[in-house]
Amino acid sequence: MKLPAVLTRSTALRNLAITVVAGLVLFGLTEVFSEYRNTQLANAGINFCAIAGLTVLTGLSGQISLGNGAFMFIGAYTVALLLKHHPSTSNPELVLIVVAAVVVAAIVGGFVGTAAARLRGPYLAGVTLALALGVPVLPDYQHLEGPLGGHAGLIVNAPGPPGGTLDLERWQAWICCLAALVTFFVLANLRSSRVGRSFTAVRDDEIAASLAGMSVPRIQILAFVVSAGSAGLAGAMLAIIDGQIGPQSFPLQISLFLLAGAVFGGLGSMAGAAYGAVLITFLGGWSTDLSNALSLPSKVDLNLPPAFYGLVLIVSMLLFPFGLQGLVRRGWHRVRTRTRPVEVAAR
Amino acid sequence: MTKAPLRLLATGVVVALAVAACGGGGSKASAPGVTATTVTIGSHQPLTGVAAPGYSEIAPASNAYFKYINANGGINGRTINYTYLDDGYNPANTVTVVHKLVEQDKVFAIFNGLGTPTHQAVVSYLNQQKVPDLFVASGCLCWNQTTTDPETFGWQPDYTVEGKILGQYIAKNFPGKKVGIFAQNDDFGTNGIKGLEDEIPASSVVSTQRYDPTNIKITPQVQALQQSGAEIVVSFSVPAFTALLKLTSVALKFNPQLVVSNVGSDPITLSGLISSFSKGKAPGQALIQGIISDTYLAPPSDASNSWIQLFKKIHDKYIPKLPFDGNVEYGMAAAYTFAQALKAAGKNPTRASIVAAVEKGGFSGPGLVPFAFSSSSHSGYTGVQIAKIQGLVGVPVGTPLVTDDTPKGAITPYTTAEPAAPSNGIPSD
Amino acid sequence: MSFINLVIYGIANGLIYAAVALALVLIWRSTRIVNFAQGGMLMFTTFIAWELVVKHHQSYWLGLVVAMAAGLVLGGFVERVLVRPVENGPPLNPVIVTLGLLLMLEGFAGMIWGNGLSSFPPEFSVNYYHVGHQVILFSPYFLFIVIAVAAVGLALYLLFQRSPLGLRMRASAFSPEVARLLGVRVGRMLTLGWALAAAVGALAGVLIAGTQPNYINPNGFDSLLIFGFTAAVIGGLDSAVGAVVGGVLLGVALEILDVHVSNDIDSFFVFALLLIVLMIRPNGLFARTAVRRV
Repeated sequence: MKLPAVLTRSTALRNLAITVVAGLVLFGLTEVFSEYRNTQLANAGINFCAIAGLTVLTGLSGQISLGNGAFMFIGAYTVALLLKHHPSTSNPELVLIVVAAVVVAAIVGGFVGTAAARLRGPYLAGVTLALALGVPVLPDYQHLEGPLGGHAGLIVNAPGPPGGTLDLERWQAWICCLAALVTFFVLANLRSSRVGRSFTAVRDDEIAASLAGMSVPRIQILAFVVSAGSAGLAGAMLAIIDGQIGPQSFPLQISLFLLAGAVFGGLGSMAGAAYGAVLITFLGGWSTDLSNALSLPSKVDLNLPPAFYGLVLIVSMLLFPFGLQGLVRRGWHRVRTRTRPVEVAAR
Repeated sequence: MTKAPLRLLATGVVVALAVAACGGGGSKASAPGVTATTVTIGSHQPLTGVAAPGYSEIAPASNAYFKYINANGGINGRTINYTYLDDGYNPANTVTVVHKLVEQDKVFAIFNGLGTPTHQAVVSYLNQQKVPDLFVASGCLCWNQTTTDPETFGWQPDYTVEGKILGQYIAKNFPGKKVGIFAQNDDFGTNGIKGLEDEIPASSVVSTQRYDPTNIKITPQVQALQQSGAEIVVSFSVPAFTALLKLTSVALKFNPQLVVSNVGSDPITLSGLISSFSKGKAPGQALIQGIISDTYLAPPSDASNSWIQLFKKIHDKYIPKLPFDGNVEYGMAAAYTFAQALKAAGKNPTRASIVAAVEKGGFSGPGLVPFAFSSSSHSGYTGVQIAKIQGLVGVPVGTPLVTDDTPKGAITPYTTAEPAAPSNGIPSD
Repeated sequence: MSFINLVIYGIANGLIYAAVALALVLIWRSTRIVNFAQGGMLMFTTFIAWELVVKHHQSYWLGLVVAMAAGLVLGGFVERVLVRPVENGPPLNPVIVTLGLLLMLEGFAGMIWGNGLSSFPPEFSVNYYHVGHQVILFSPYFLFIVIAVAAVGLALYLLFQRSPLGLRMRASAFSPEVARLLGVRVGRMLTLGWALAAAVGALAGVLIAGTQPNYINPNGFDSLLIFGFTAAVIGGLDSAVGAVVGGVLLGVALEILDVHVSNDIDSFFVFALLLIVLMIRPNGLFARTAVRRV
């Protein structure tokens, strides 16, 4: 397997190439998928956005956020409110609304990140956990019930597919995959840029990083903003495809599942985020199939995924700290060393 | 958003065409969920969570009635497969399970989806997808939107109708008393309060407290009702919160006359809920005596009623472990109405034909009052009869009353007797 | 009168948060780990008690003792098997492991007991006392909560300050190297610390389950964990007395906010309080040292 020289030289070009190829494959998938599979594909795209943001934050900058459900909430409510007040939105206008949702989530992320930059390890985990529990209850506040729809939530009337001949589900799969591709392209480039390297520098040694002239808090806040913006995008897309959102759309468990997805795939890795997104999207269905095959009661079926996510988090930390992508990389490396021993020896 | 992906996608057309050749391009059958021998329908139900006590019996009861039909030849030769999935009374889950029912299980219709906030989450989706959304298990006014939601039909009396009839009873029987209101903080509560306030003078309402169904701590609300001096408390609540209201009132030594809307008042459910928290020290049955409520179905204890006889027979055969209470009766009665609609939809039912059949109306089945179904109304039962809890039964008082959900709409007695159940228990033409 | 009522009611609830905070502080002091699985562990042990008392009609006291004993075993097991390997690694790893345990326990509890809501009837009446016609928001059950938490607090104090075992545990936490040189089996002390903490957590679980009908649910204790964490942080995360004071302050503050602002957004108040406390005093209101080693 040999890539053209121009692609190995420029990471931006290589990322673009990956994005385009992934886009073509995803487009092909939407053509063959059933309605239900396309809905799942849309969800996988959404999960990718959120997990990719989290993996940049935790994997690269070494901060943890258990509050990504709260940022999804903010993105989703931004979309729902904007659509509520602009009922006949066209699809190009929807892009602006989604961008607005990302910006709002990122701004809130900036505030939380400013507070978080002073906190470390378990303190940060505790505060973001409280964020995940505390923000989605806001619509229940009696003075916000009117605008935010209370516990019943808000109906999201997004414009449908253009033209009118396209299946709704396929259209939704397209736009969610597009969101995922954009997220991938932006984050993959960020990762290999100076900014990405400053994230890892801060993670590895804060003191060294500040001695090297980096502003540690500023870098940590930036990582938080990126992660919050990605989660906001995920929330925005979720609102659009579900057609309804409410406080209960964003339980604490969502934030923990996202973390499990990121850890499963391998923290810091974009490919890992994709594995994690696939896991989170399909595990529920696999669990149902398994339970049906073994005729287990429905309470087992419903609870296999959380138990499995828990297992993933524990086992990954104890045995595979680099997740699935770590294993893949190690396997790949082994294959390469076996097939080209001379080259390796020469080095 | 349209241009960017289109340019991107144009480059992928070759790949796409190649893959598309192997797969089906989403052609829809004329009536999804219908085969020569079966009709598959689905529902979302609170089998767990705060609304589960009582309501979790409804879908098994409907299913028992469908099994009875299936054992007796089905409807027009087709058996009914009923798939009901748990949404935990959580609108986010409702969206997921209804998408699954429509897209993966390809149900013909959604039947008796339960709950106001939950079902509101999927109404626009179901109408966009043109899936018949029959007999929602909630009394929200919002199911009667014939222009925007032509596929959606209510079934039970709406909460405004209920509120009006309860309000009129209070105004007549407790003139001048101070009234407090305890209501769920969504359209269930709002619709009920609207009807109530159409009939009760505004000056007699001393306190309106709302509860959030995700928050079981209601002491502040009950204290506020107590401090307002309310002598009557009208509650628009699910059973778990009616029980909480009663228990908290007892703890505060607050003992107003309780008036509870139908959905929160099944005596067997309430008694069980209260007892489960008090280790038999505060027997649930004693605490619910004298609660005023309303009903539109004969009490489950009325052994002389032909519908009760039919439903009891089916209950004993298919779901003997469940208590034979108002929830079971509700589930079977709603299933009967669905069977009527399916029958009326013709030998080869389509989604359009079953909607047309319900709009044509004229169903006579279990029920103390008639349905409002027509092309201009998607509301269900048009009234209720006041009932008072004695023992473990809501005993009907006076005559059934019918009205509409407008403030001016008169409340009139309905004197036509309930039709008898068909001898074989299955709707005929 | 009504303000006094708020304070009384807040103290009773706050003592339960204090018990959870105590459990977190015990572990933090010995291993510098925040046990995010605490909410899941006490949920699981409360379900065990519920199974005995409600399903099998055993006595309430047996249920309570079995729950605490189960906590002891679970806590020790978790430290030995899951936490020990990540104890000295990057601080993120134990956070992720304990969160994983939280999810796993919630999943297991759901598989065994389902996701419905269950009630755990309290042993004592929850009906409030009255003085004349005036209600006092305090019940025999609240009195039991006060006594139970006070008894556990006292027992822990005696253990740590007055017993040789407590001295060894403190030494292991304060300076494991020196303790080891002096012949203390440090690992065993850490395991014991986790076990004790989980038993205290188990008590908190059973206590809170009795305050409201329909409390028990696999995910129903998530907020209790955050409330306990906040109480512990207010108290400085390092101080047992601080944890109790933090719990009571949090309980009273929430009660005042509930009545004067809103009853439905407790979790938001807790988030806001936690953030404010950490912004003003990153090491808590009662911290003795101001070292940022977290």
